[in-house]
Amino acid sequence: MIQIILQIATVNILIATLGMATPLILGSISGMYSELSGIINLGIEGMMIMGAFGAGIISLATGNPWLGVLFGIFLGGCMGLIHALLCIKFRANQSVVGVGINILAGGIPAVMLQYYWGNPGRTPQVASIKNISIPLLNKIPAIGAVFGDINPLTLIALFIVAGSHLLIYYTPFGLRVRAVGHHPKAVDTSGKNVFFIRYVSVIISGLLAGLGGSYLSVAQLSMFVNEMTAGRGFIALAAMIFGKRTPLGCFGAALLFGFADALQMTLQAVGVPIASDFLLMIPYVLTMIALAGFVGKTVDPVALGKPYVKS
Amino acid sequence: MREPILRLENITKVFPGVLANDQVNLEVQEGEILALLGENGAGKSTLMNVLFGLYTKDDGAIYFRGEKVNITCPKDAIKLGIGMVHQHFMLIDNLTVAENFILGSEPTERGLLSLKQAKKIVNQCSKEYGLSINSDSLVADISVGEQQRLEILKSLHRGAKILILDEPTAVLTPQKVEELYKVLRDLKSKGHSIILITHKLKEIKDISDRVAVMRSGKVVGVHETATVTAEELAELMVGRPVVLEVTKERQKTGERILEVNNLHAKDYRNLTALNGCSLHVKSGEIVGIAGVDGNGQSELLQVLSGFIVRDEGEIIINNRNLPRKFAQKEVYDCGVGHIPEDRMRMGIIADFTVEENLLLGFENDERYSSRYFLKKDAIHNRAVNLIKEFDIRTPSPLTEGGKLSGGNQQKVILAREISKNPNLLIAAQPTRGLDVSAIEFVYQQLLEQRKEGKGILLISFELDEIFALSDRILVIYGGEIIAEFTRSEATVKEVGLCMAGVRRKSND
Amino acid sequence: MINKEKQPLYHKFRNSLIQSVGKMADPIIAIIMALLVGSIIIAITGDDVLLAITSLVLGAFGNMRSLGQSFLAATPILFTGLAFAVAYRSGIFNIGAEGQFLVGAIAGAYVGTLFIGLPSYLYITMVLLAGAIFGALWAFLPAILKIKLGVHEVINVIMLNKIALYFTNWLVSSSGPFRMGSTLPATPFVCPSVRFQPIFPNSPMNVGYFIGMVIAYVIYLIMWKTKGGFQMRAVGHNLYAAKFSGIYAERSMVKAFMLSGALAGIGGAMEICSVFGRFYAGFSPGYGFEGIAVSLLGNNHPAGIIISSILFGALKTGAMRMQILAGTNVNLVKVLQALIIFFVASRWSLVKVISNYKEKKRRLKTSDSSLSKEGGNK
Repeated sequence: MIQIILQIATVNILIATLGMATPLILGSISGMYSELSGIINLGIEGMMIMGAFGAGIISLATGNPWLGVLFGIFLGGCMGLIHALLCIKFRANQSVVGVGINILAGGIPAVMLQYYWGNPGRTPQVASIKNISIPLLNKIPAIGAVFGDINPLTLIALFIVAGSHLLIYYTPFGLRVRAVGHHPKAVDTSGKNVFFIRYVSVIISGLLAGLGGSYLSVAQLSMFVNEMTAGRGFIALAAMIFGKRTPLGCFGAALLFGFADALQMTLQAVGVPIASDFLLMIPYVLTMIALAGFVGKTVDPVALGKPYVKS
Repeated sequence: MREPILRLENITKVFPGVLANDQVNLEVQEGEILALLGENGAGKSTLMNVLFGLYTKDDGAIYFRGEKVNITCPKDAIKLGIGMVHQHFMLIDNLTVAENFILGSEPTERGLLSLKQAKKIVNQCSKEYGLSINSDSLVADISVGEQQRLEILKSLHRGAKILILDEPTAVLTPQKVEELYKVLRDLKSKGHSIILITHKLKEIKDISDRVAVMRSGKVVGVHETATVTAEELAELMVGRPVVLEVTKERQKTGERILEVNNLHAKDYRNLTALNGCSLHVKSGEIVGIAGVDGNGQSELLQVLSGFIVRDEGEIIINNRNLPRKFAQKEVYDCGVGHIPEDRMRMGIIADFTVEENLLLGFENDERYSSRYFLKKDAIHNRAVNLIKEFDIRTPSPLTEGGKLSGGNQQKVILAREISKNPNLLIAAQPTRGLDVSAIEFVYQQLLEQRKEGKGILLISFELDEIFALSDRILVIYGGEIIAEFTRSEATVKEVGLCMAGVRRKSND
Repeated sequence: MINKEKQPLYHKFRNSLIQSVGKMADPIIAIIMALLVGSIIIAITGDDVLLAITSLVLGAFGNMRSLGQSFLAATPILFTGLAFAVAYRSGIFNIGAEGQFLVGAIAGAYVGTLFIGLPSYLYITMVLLAGAIFGALWAFLPAILKIKLGVHEVINVIMLNKIALYFTNWLVSSSGPFRMGSTLPATPFVCPSVRFQPIFPNSPMNVGYFIGMVIAYVIYLIMWKTKGGFQMRAVGHNLYAAKFSGIYAERSMVKAFMLSGALAGIGGAMEICSVFGRFYAGFSPGYGFEGIAVSLLGNNHPAGIIISSILFGALKTGAMRMQILAGTNVNLVKVLQALIIFFVASRWSLVKVISNYKEKKRRLKTSDSSLSKEGGNK
């Protein structure tokens, strides 16, 4: 038993945690932007898949994984635009639209894969973004080693966390987003356009989810595999709720769930005598326990899920 | 003739099935206080929302200082110098006063919000107009009066030359109303124009220069306030002579059917809302609780219906002591009917038919259901009978509840609650949003119940209503009943002072 | 005030007829729009649109075999569609039908191997009942968490979907107890008396779908004709008002959630009886989520769900033939499902478009008349 713990409690698991957490960080902050403005976004999973797919094929086509990331972000943004249009202009049931986005994103890559490669399932190997080592930072005791083997996209995610904190709490835009999710009519009477603020928030949400998905196909793995998000979009949502829809909260929660993922992988690698199926369950069970035990009654933004109507 | 600062010409606004504004013509002069009088549903709020850009008009034109203008959103109106303080404030609860103030025109320093500057702006504005507010408090924590001052300051800061106030005194004590009048007169002297939407004749007489009366979407009269009487205004408002007095017979009261002792409870924010509230209602009497909104009325109602769990105190209904935690059903089983304060949210299910709405609470009744199944015919007959008895105007019992007018929805609720044959009837804001004939109907029903020996607890923000119906008048302030009057000894002035917390009075 | 009551009876009848026809037309239009967009996609990918569509239709209804397969494909999603609808109308967003389906399926598969020689009617009922019970149990946990702790059900049921997937996989894995000696990761075959027999020659169609139709009718009765259903729908429409009227909303929601789970569970057990005869890893290719599209298209009503489940079943069956003949990927069906969800959810309605057009014409007319009044002043 002690042997197992020793084998696990290495720097490697920290590195793995940060790696597994990256898409969750991006996914949960993606959800945060949308929901702070009052729009439920259950389609993060689908937006991530499209991001992964977009990044994969463009990286394959151009040999440049960064171009792939850009395209992945773009596709995520497109999905965000669809979500925004349906929820804002057509005032559709937001949960339903999110589910639709997920189903759509389940279908499009498979169709395209068949069209190009005839073998639906995965792309061939694509150029990917390799991990780097940051000088100076990697000399920090204890956690410094994490910076010795870190993916640039993870760094970008960390910047996005900090940047979002600044944006949401210290800029006019952030103030308006928080206001719109609480009392859209008040924002309307202050002369600002409620719909515009929501469109921007949801599209940002899509862009970030696209980035999160891109990480999967172009950094974590070097190819796109059908349904490679494997429910991460929903764990990201749980992280968002656990983190009470704040950037730093989302970050912390995403790290926790990333740790669960890393733990499960490490335990499998170490050869712990538990069936792999049960190990695979760990992140999901942990999510349920976290939500049940530690969140308490979340306070949703007051206007969450309610379309805004002008006469 | 002086060119009016604002002219509304043939404004028409249609909602599904309702012609809310029917070719309305209105002029507003610079430096005057114009009252816009009408019953609920007359179209006053609609007209002002059109002016402010929240609604798009279907027809007509607006002229500002003689020039035709196009107002499609609040931004356009604000640019012209039109500001509006709504009945339900447009404030974000979980942001501070300063943040609410600057929303939409935020001061920045190198791209980031400058809360320091915001504070400065708020304090400057506050001084300039003589309206005191605290820039650092959360809006959720300040008083309603302060929230109103914030709303007024917001509009003035955005450059409002024309200020629209929608029912501003609904949330104020008689004394606070005087303070508001002072502010308005001050603004008038500075050259501002004020449009005051109200249904209170006394207010109009007290403060306005001219009054425009609306009825059924049209302007039916514009008069100089000084030259028109309250009776004439009332008649214009309803279209027929109105008798505002209600005749009540003397009634013998019996046992106590409701007793509330030393109730302590917190609201949803965990702040104390009921602070030792005690009262009782006997059979055959109407007890009216007067008070300004926010002094514990809502919480009292929620405790009495089981939605808030009380911290301390006793509730005894028909000699039954209610446990600390109980469900609304248990209350109803004690012989209680409850007309909720918000009919759309609590009283009516919009997607259910009138029949189904009338059935709510009765689905387990053996007349209307067997072990599992509902008895369709019995339910239908019940609906037909109740619709007739209570004169509910609906195309059919199968019409969706949400399609009925406010008055008819209230009748459905009344019919349902009264058909429970309760010993205690709780009526919260029973005539909110109703026109005069519906109000008369509700009053009749309540008095009828009183005659039959039921006890009625009436909670209302309309002092006139309390005075018209109650046998005893209680005043709630700060979560306590601080005064009790018999109808004969109560005066508006005394009650008003208690509502403001200035006096206390107990009945010995 | 436009007085609706003063309209002549003929006008009222005509208006309500238009309303009903309009309501039925909307889903049809949604399907047509989705097919149009789908055709565009097919065309872009270079496949022959006409060939694709004809092989789709033939593949779905061309002969008794295809027809039978369409109904077989429609059966599981009829149940997951009903599951979603019951929950949705009761105020619960149950996207956990996937997990409840799996749990019901494996429970049914297990019970089906327990006995020998029981008569069909009895044994099948037991198997379906097992599916219902375990499906309901799988829904019980998120229900309790929702009402006792206020945790939103969406995330919990999705987690449980995954947990069900891995748990059932383990049960039939090499170390799992349900494998019982099979060479594949699957349970052994159930007793033959549990499996449905084909009704017609040359067609795999069996009673499964028709049992489903009966259950759909039962659900209709429950939701609209019983006290419990009345309360569930009240809670689903307006939780606060339902509570205020004395309904025990929490109990209603738990009942609805469990009923929903039971339906999904029966669907899973039904697949065992109707098609496969055993549970294997990877049993559900997303029936839970497809059920959502089925329910939405069917206006979350049992009658509509029956129709839309047949439609989707046909779509999927036809798509396989379409893949073979025209080379268009089967997953195009998912794209079509998503498009249908979008069109239905946005309530883009032909009736609304027409009435808006009429409204604009009316406004132009009135402004014309007011201009003519003013003509003199200008």
